[in-house]
Order: sequence, then structure tokens, then C-alpha cells
Amino acid sequence: MLKATIKSLLSRKLRLVLSALAVVLGVMFVSGSFVLTDTLQRSFTDLFSSAFANVDVSVTPKAEKGKQPEPLTPQAIADVKSVAGVASAVGDVQGSARPIGKNGKVITTSGSPRFGFNWTGTGQEKIRDGKAPAADNEVALGGYLASTGGFKVGDDISLLTLEPKKTFKVTGIYEYAGGRDSLGGELSVAFTEPVAQQLLLGKKDVFSGVTVTAAQGTTDEALRDAVAAKMGSGYDVKTGAVLAKEQADQINEGLKFFNYVLLGFAGIALFVGIFIILNTFSIIVAQRTRELALLRSMGASRGQVIGSVVLEALVIGLIASIVGLGAGVGVGALLATIFSSLGGSSLQLAGIGVPMSAIISSFAVGMVVTVVAAVMPALRASRIAPVAAMREAATPDRPLTKITITGALVAAAGGASLALGFNQASLPLIFGGILVAFVGVALLTPILSKPMVSLIGRLLSWSMPGLLGRRNSARNPRRTAITAAALMVGISLITGVSVVLTSATKSIEKLASGQLQTDLIISGEGQMEGEAATFQRDVLTKVEKTDGVRSAVGWSQDGVLQGESQLFAVGVTDMPALTTMFALKPKSGNITPLKDDQVALPEEMAAEKGWTVGSKVSLQLAKAPEPRDYTVAFIWAKSQVLQGALVLPESASKSFRSDQIAQAFVQVAPGTSAADVQKRVEPLFADNPEITVQDRSAFVKQTTSQFDTVLLMIQILLALAILIAVLGVINTLALSVIERTRELGLLRAIGMRRSQVMRMITVESVVISVFGAVLGLAVGLALGIATVQALKDQGISEIGLPWATMVQYLVVAAFVGVVAAILPAIRAARLNVLDAIAYE
Amino acid sequence: MSASDGVAARAVDVWKSYGSGDAAVTALAGVSVDLEKSRFTAIMGPSGSGKSTLMHCLAGLDDVTSGEVWVGGTKVTGLKDRGLTELRRDKVGFIFQQFNLLPTLTAEENITLPLAIGGKKVDKAWFDVVVDTVGLRDRLTHRPTQLSGGQQQRVACARALVSRPDVVFADEPTGNLDSQSGAEVLGFLQRSAREFGQTIVMVTHDPNAASYADRVIFLKDGHIVRELLSPSADEVLETMKHLDSVVVPHA
Repeated sequence: MLKATIKSLLSRKLRLVLSALAVVLGVMFVSGSFVLTDTLQRSFTDLFSSAFANVDVSVTPKAEKGKQPEPLTPQAIADVKSVAGVASAVGDVQGSARPIGKNGKVITTSGSPRFGFNWTGTGQEKIRDGKAPAADNEVALGGYLASTGGFKVGDDISLLTLEPKKTFKVTGIYEYAGGRDSLGGELSVAFTEPVAQQLLLGKKDVFSGVTVTAAQGTTDEALRDAVAAKMGSGYDVKTGAVLAKEQADQINEGLKFFNYVLLGFAGIALFVGIFIILNTFSIIVAQRTRELALLRSMGASRGQVIGSVVLEALVIGLIASIVGLGAGVGVGALLATIFSSLGGSSLQLAGIGVPMSAIISSFAVGMVVTVVAAVMPALRASRIAPVAAMREAATPDRPLTKITITGALVAAAGGASLALGFNQASLPLIFGGILVAFVGVALLTPILSKPMVSLIGRLLSWSMPGLLGRRNSARNPRRTAITAAALMVGISLITGVSVVLTSATKSIEKLASGQLQTDLIISGEGQMEGEAATFQRDVLTKVEKTDGVRSAVGWSQDGVLQGESQLFAVGVTDMPALTTMFALKPKSGNITPLKDDQVALPEEMAAEKGWTVGSKVSLQLAKAPEPRDYTVAFIWAKSQVLQGALVLPESASKSFRSDQIAQAFVQVAPGTSAADVQKRVEPLFADNPEITVQDRSAFVKQTTSQFDTVLLMIQILLALAILIAVLGVINTLALSVIERTRELGLLRAIGMRRSQVMRMITVESVVISVFGAVLGLAVGLALGIATVQALKDQGISEIGLPWATMVQYLVVAAFVGVVAAILPAIRAARLNVLDAIAYE
Repeated sequence: MSASDGVAARAVDVWKSYGSGDAAVTALAGVSVDLEKSRFTAIMGPSGSGKSTLMHCLAGLDDVTSGEVWVGGTKVTGLKDRGLTELRRDKVGFIFQQFNLLPTLTAEENITLPLAIGGKKVDKAWFDVVVDTVGLRDRLTHRPTQLSGGQQQRVACARALVSRPDVVFADEPTGNLDSQSGAEVLGFLQRSAREFGQTIVMVTHDPNAASYADRVIFLKDGHIVRELLSPSADEVLETMKHLDSVVVPHA
């Protein structure tokens, strides 16, 4: 039996390759994800250990809950220095510093930090060109900043720090060990110590930490304990190794999540792969019916027949896993290289490694998926009575009743799980529900395929080859259905996501046009090292006084601590004006300017906290010495524009980490054009290149444009699932061409041209693909709308349908059909007519 | 030269060999034959005599090693795939031993398939004549799986005739049929030649089938060795029996 299996495998090389390819791609995705994240993790670990290479022990002030840590005083450094075993203790000053490029725009990175520090001469940095900064207007630049921004010694550079734009002279450029421009793509700049203190910490004579080195004969751990004992509980004292590990762990935690996301998409690809393999094995078994029957009539047991098919699957799974693992290592290495060069070719990659997890998961996934997919066809093969199979009529059309009922039940179960998942906000239930629903719909596709295929086919069958292609695609509903269902999975997921994002965009647009009564929005471009870009209060005053401005409101923002919970708070300059602009309505109390000890909050926060007007609320502000009681002055009715924020009086901003304005809103005077006012307001922000002034529609566009990025990412990640589905179409067509060799021979004999044969195959392919796309769009719409309904409370109030995108997917599917048909069509057209007629 | 009037298909010193060197097998060794218009010709011979090869070469399904083949006014030898395809579509009709019909098409669609492929209009009057002659009027909307073997073969006959080709080639058309159905098909082929003037060339090894023909050509080892005009089944059988003793001249 083993010999027969292997012989039969080898005689079907083409089928082997096609069905194995689906597994190979899935496994490649899995192992590639592991290799990529493993390589990056080790690279980051290396990066941080080199970043802390000359730190034996580090001392930083400990932050009390909800409060900003007090910076270190020179006295603290002197205290550290006095500890026995300390060779040196150098005060560090570090803080956010964003360089402005020669084009006047802030230079950004793809996630790496931008910071300034005090030049001490004792760090890892070594001057490569010029000299260290010595005067207040002098700075030295990291090699990476110099090369990115095109700065040379002697150039001027403008920097944004706690203070607005300031210009310095570049006196030197420094590098790290081995001549590296940066450790990990960061942009750094070195000031003299007093300048660093003023610009980065906002105060003279303070430090953000102390770097301690141990004297000969003192271990880092002993030194850490000695320093900790001396300094007391107000400080965090850690060894360099621990710091490196902590920082690496933080990044690696993020990478782990990234890995899960990749594995999720790999799972989708493999799920699609199961359809393809199931289909391939079904077709192969159908074609081998006579061969299997011969084996049965010679005395092979049912078990042996099942075994033979499953063994075939195991061999395919094994080979596919090996190839997939190999390809995955290549892809992982390639992606890691791309990833490291994204950060400015500055993340030094640790050697590419193949973690055990990649190997184990590759083989487990590849073989399990293949065998699972082969079990059904194997069972079916074993049930065929030997005599029935020996007869000519090999595969009668089996009734679809059972499969349809099963499909309906499974789809219903999936839907129920999905509904429950949304209700309880449980991701496993949601994803499980989607997966089960896919299987259910896939089981329903055969019954759907009859009317749908004939409908889609009608559009394409204006000629005889077209008609034949359409009839052929309707010939085996199961085969067409599974092939189409594989395509459905990818397209429905993209469509679902697209529906959610379109709905979100539409909701935001409606919100902006309905409730946002402001003409101009002044805000920072995204987050800067965890803090929003801000601007000075006197700029807001100037905006207010600008010609054509009716009113201007701004707020500073911070997190405040209420008991154990962190609340997002804003200190608003003019609450009544904001009320008008945001169309806020009082729920209880009257909307009045807030006194110094008053707060206001939205309905939903009041309900959650159980607060009413007059309630006393104790809040710890970051710079306040201790918590302070505030009285709830009023509660506004649920608003989509201002939700989840506690409003504090303007005076409270002084106790925020930064009392600068994070966001401001402008209403123009009646009869004045917003565009004119925008032109007059913009120059006020010349020294704040991170701040943009936008009209309402530009602001909405900016807010919603991130959705496009999300959609693009998902499309790229789902492309593999769709590619596998395309392989499935090719596979089905190729096997059908083999199966219909004699028919093709007959058609050619009675005068069908090669081009007509190709057109016939192409129509069949396009019908299957478009059927899959239509299914996908339908299921995707259902999923998307269900998700939007579930997210109603989260602010997605409108349902938006991405018609244009959906039409695009349909067109892409038709195109995919044409492409998938190319090889099978060529094969069909090349058939030798005489051989084909004689084909058994 | 061209096929002159009165000749539907012609082979001139046709040689056909497969393989090369020592392994070369000669299937046709200089066959020359004229197949007259409006006649029902049968090509007979034992297995391996080259009768099917001759038909395949005449019909443009196979190329010749040397010699020339003409169908109607067209020189088949030297035609490329496109020309051969058009020849088969427009000038030749086929009836194979089995698997003549596309399972996805109805009987009517199968009959008009060559016309549909060529984008030609169906001559409704002629279609009706053909359909009524083969007696399939009430089966036109059936799929092949719903038809008996004899009915399927009659659909194939109708298909071969409906485009009024220069020649209809039939390759053992009754090989898979019971004698009753076979007789119906053969009778129909005979009538097509006599009543509609359709040229028919049939390959068979069944003396009874051959007896329906106006002319029977006997092949042995790639040579035409005998010829009978309107023979009875017994005469054909006798001739076949004595074919063994015919000495084939070696080239």
C-alpha cells in the first residue's frame, strides 16, 4: 500500500506542486513571522546593552503616583559621589529636542526617539568632527542627525525643546563605538549643561539622573546596593544591565504583539489554504476513484484506502513544511533587513536566527493543516463501493441537502458566537465566530453557486466559448464553491474592515459638520515622545486678537489621578466659548466659567463615577504637592465631540506637566472668510513648526487619513490569503483541464480555435473568481455592519458603505480570474487533438 | 494540382511514419485515393492496417510524413493550426466512436456547436431536415446523459451534417452501439449520402457496417490492397478473410 501511494504521488507531480504551494505559502508566513520577530528582538537587546555599556549604575528620581518626579539637585549628585566604591558620578540631563531641518520642517523618525542631553565628555559619544559645545549657543549633533538633516560643522540648526524654536551653531559631530552614526536611529543633540537644563528640564541646576561607574573591585550589584542605601527610597537605583533589559523587554513586548498580528494573518492564509487542499484532494480522489476501487477489489481495506490518502497528505505536508520553513527564513531575513533600514539603516541587525518556535510551528501547522484537509476526501474515497467505481460513471452529482443544512447550522452558530462576542466584548468569541461563520458560508456556497454562477456567467457568455465556460463553472457546484469560498475569506475580511473604517469616517464627518462649530483647529502633528506638541499661551492671545477672529479657545492637557484611576483632563481657557463651539448642552447645572476649585464633566463620566453637581472630587495634579478637592460645577449632555475629558479651570493648567496649549479652536467673525483668517493666523506659529492650523474639512481629512493607512496595511497582509486563493483557482482549472482532456480534444476536432479554448477557460475562471468576490463582499458587508452596530456606543453612529472600494475588489477579482486562467488555458490550448481524443 | 470536380477528398502518395531510425513504424506507405463526392465510402482493414491514420490525415487531425492531402478545394498538407482548425470547422464533419458530445450542452446545442464556434447562423430549414431525419425532434432539449447511446450517436451525426461539410468522417461510429442502434445510425449515414448528396468516409472493421457503403477500400500494412463497390456483408467478410494472403509490395 505504501508503494502504491508513493507511485501515485510521483505520477501527479503537478497536482502535488499546486496543492503543496498553498501550504508552503502559509508555513512561510508563520515561520517568517517568527524569524523576523526573533531577529528584531535580539537586535534590540543588543542595541540597549550597547546603549548602557558604560553605565554601571543609574540613579533616577522615583515618581510618586500621579506626580511629576522632582529632578535631581547637585546635592544628590554629591551624595552619590560620596558613596564608597563610586569611581565617578555624572549628572545627566535629558529631554525632548526636535530638530528643524533645512526646509523648515521638523525632522521626524519612524519611532526612534529625538532628544537632547548635556555634553559631559564622559559618555559613549566621541567627537568625530569639530569640537564639543562650550558656549550657550553651541551644540554638537549625532552623526545620524547630521547625515539626515545635511548638517555640517559651522551650520546653524534650529531646535524645539520646552521652549519655542531656538537656533544654535553646530560646533561638532559625534559618533558611537565602531564609528556608528546612532545606536538605533535616534536623533540626538548635545548642549552645554546649563543650556540643557534650561531647555530640557525647564530649570537651572537640576538633573534627570546620575550615571555612576564603579571603582576597581566593586561589582555593579554591590555598588547599586550601596548607592540605594545612601539615597533612600526617593530614588530608583538600577544597574546598567537591568536598565538595558527593562528597555529591551518593553520593545520586545511590542514585538510580541506584532508577532501575534502577523501570526493572525498567517492563520487566515492557512485557513484559506485548507480550502485549497481540501479541494485538490477531493478532485484527486475523484479522479483516482477507479484506481482506489481496483485496490479495494484486490482486498485493500477501507482503512488502507483512508491511510493511503492521508499518507499522501502527510508527505505533501512534510515537504511543504520544509520548503515553507526555508522560504520563511528567507522572507523573515528580508523583512528584518527592510525593517532595520526603515529606521535609517541604523538598527544593527543581530544575525538571522531560526528559533525553535519557527521550526516547531512550521511542521505542526503544515502537516496538521494538510492532513485535516485530506481527511474528508479520504473518508469519501473509502466509502465508494468497488464495483460502482469500476463503472464508467465515476462521480455522480451528490445531493446538496445535507451539506446545505449543515452549512446553515454552522453559519448560525458562527453568527451566534459573533453576536455573543460583541455583546461581551470578547475577542476570542468574535474571531471564533467569524471563522465558524466562514466555514458555514463555505458549506452553503454549493447551493448558492447554481443561481449565482448562472447569473454572473450570463454577463460573460455572449459567445459560444463563453457559454461553455459558464456551463463548465456550473458543472461541479462543490468544486466551484470551495474555490470561490477560498477567495471569499480574504475579500470579506477586507470588505468588513473597509465598512467599519468608512462608517467611522462618515461618523466623524457628520460630527464635524453637525456639532463642531469651529472654523479653524490648531493642533500639533501627532504625539511627540508621548506628549502632544504644544505652543505658548501668549500665541493664543495673539490669535484671539487677530483680525476676523470672533473667539479663540485653547486647552492644555494632562492625566490627573483620582484615587487610583487616571483621568484625562483639560484646562480650558474659555469654557463658555468652547460650549458654543462644541454645541454642548447642559445635563445638569448651568454652563458657567469655572472657578479655581470647580470641575465639569460629561454625562457618561458622571454616570460611571456616580458624581452629581456639587460632588466633591479629590484630584492629584502632576505638579501639585498634594491632592486637592474640586466641586462639580456642571455636567454636560453626552457629546461626540468632547467625551471622556474632565474639564478643569484654566488656573489648574499651571500644575500640569506642561501648561502650554495643546489644542485650540477658532471661530471667525460673521461675514469673514475662514481661509483669510487662517492666512493671518498661520504666521503666528512660525516658531512652532509642529503646530498646524487647519480648517474643519482639512482637520477631518487628517483625522480620517489614518484609516487609509490601516486599510492599506490590512490589504497588504491579506494579500497572501488572496494569493493562495488565486492558486486555488489555478489549481481547480488545471485539474479540470486534465479531467476534460477528451472534451477539449473533441472541441478542437470539430473546429474550436486555440484562442476560443483559452477564452472558454478564462470565462470559467472569471466566473469562479467573481462569484468568490460577490460572496466575499456580501459576507464582508454583513460582518462590517454587525461590527459597526456593536460599536455604536464607541461613537461610530453612521453606517458608511465603501461602494467604490467594493467595485474595485470586484474588478480586481475579475482580473485575478483572467490571470489565474493563463496557465491552464495555455495548457488546454496546446493539447494535441489526436492524443486528447484518445485520452483515457 | 487541386481536387477536381467530383472529388471531395484526395490523398496523393501519402506516407506516414512514427518514430525514427530502427524504431520507426510506417503506418501509411504511399496511399493514393480519391474519395468521390456524394458517396458513402468505407475504409476497412484489420487493426494496425493504418485505416484510422488515413482518416486522421485526410481530416487534418494528423500531419503526413510526405505526400499531399486535399479536402474540397483546400490543400490540407502544410496548413498551420489555424488553417487546420478552420478546415475542420467549416469543411469537415466528425463522428467519433464515443464521447462525441459535450455533457454541458443540450442535444440542440451540441448539434449546432460547430456553427456556434464559427459564429455562423443556423440554416433553420436544413436543421429541421437533419433533426427529423435522425428522429431527434423530441429530444432536442435533453442533455447527453439523458440520451441512450444510439440517440447520442445520432446527435453526433446531426452535428456532423448540420454545417454541410465537404466530407463527414466517421470513426467506428457504431463500435459502441447495439446492433439495432447501429443499424439506425448506418441507415442514416447511407440516406445522407443518397438523399442529401453528403460525402461520407467511414472507418470500420465491421463487415456489416461496411456493407452500407457505396464503396469499400481495404487497407493492409499501410497500403490499399482491395476495393469493392456496393458489396454485401458476406462479400466484405470474404474479402477480409483473404486479406491475409494478399502480398503487400514493399517500397
